[in-house]
Amino acid sequence: MRVRVRLFARLREIAGSDELPLDVPEGATVEDVWERLAAAHPSLAAHRRSVSAALNAEFARMHTRVGAGDEVAFLPPVSGG
Amino acid sequence: MHDRLVGIGSGPLDLDEVVRQVSGAGAAHGAVVTFIGTVRGENAGRRVLWLEYEAYDELALNAFRSILKEARQHWPTARVAFRHRTGRVGLGEPSVVIAAASPHRAEAFAACRYVIERIKQVAPVWKREFFDGGDSWIEGATARPDDEGAREEAFRRACG
Repeated sequence: MRVRVRLFARLREIAGSDELPLDVPEGATVEDVWERLAAAHPSLAAHRRSVSAALNAEFARMHTRVGAGDEVAFLPPVSGG
Repeated sequence: MHDRLVGIGSGPLDLDEVVRQVSGAGAAHGAVVTFIGTVRGENAGRRVLWLEYEAYDELALNAFRSILKEARQHWPTARVAFRHRTGRVGLGEPSVVIAAASPHRAEAFAACRYVIERIKQVAPVWKREFFDGGDSWIEGATARPDDEGAREEAFRRACG
């Protein structure tokens, strides 16, 4: 199944894209999506520990299951305000 | 992008707008506290030229609504509205405006402080600093809205 990955700030720049489609197996979790993404963009891998995630514009845990067509976002540490 | 009490987007911020939202006619509050976050000209020993803010707008709005809900739970009498700006923001210009109204000043001060602390902890917003000689992403807190410790820290600061 295919999900839509969104990346922001530093992660977006590392991947060279703010949005990309990614194919993951049925039953995949947010973590699996990250693994797939990091495999395609190895320089992202080092950021795993500081990344947080969102699923369809709600904060999500890495073990949250994703579904076909979902929007999965990975967020570097935030600096608003 | 905004709903009634919170918003995010490019374009200058209007403090009066959020003040009006929390203290319109008929709302006989005793106190209105405001906060304006502005771009500082110096950071980490560097002369800052301007900032560029990027956000995940849809998630930011959801996060903002959750922050309002938390503030309401702590200070049920306080009414809060705020906006965050994205895009290029020049020195001294507002990047965030907050207004909190309540019958007594303590709740308004506390709610206002709590909201800015929570924005800094969890809002999916990133600033890129342009300074003399280069630019760099500023990275602060790892956004974990359900982190109880962070929530308590924000509450402690609000009541400090």
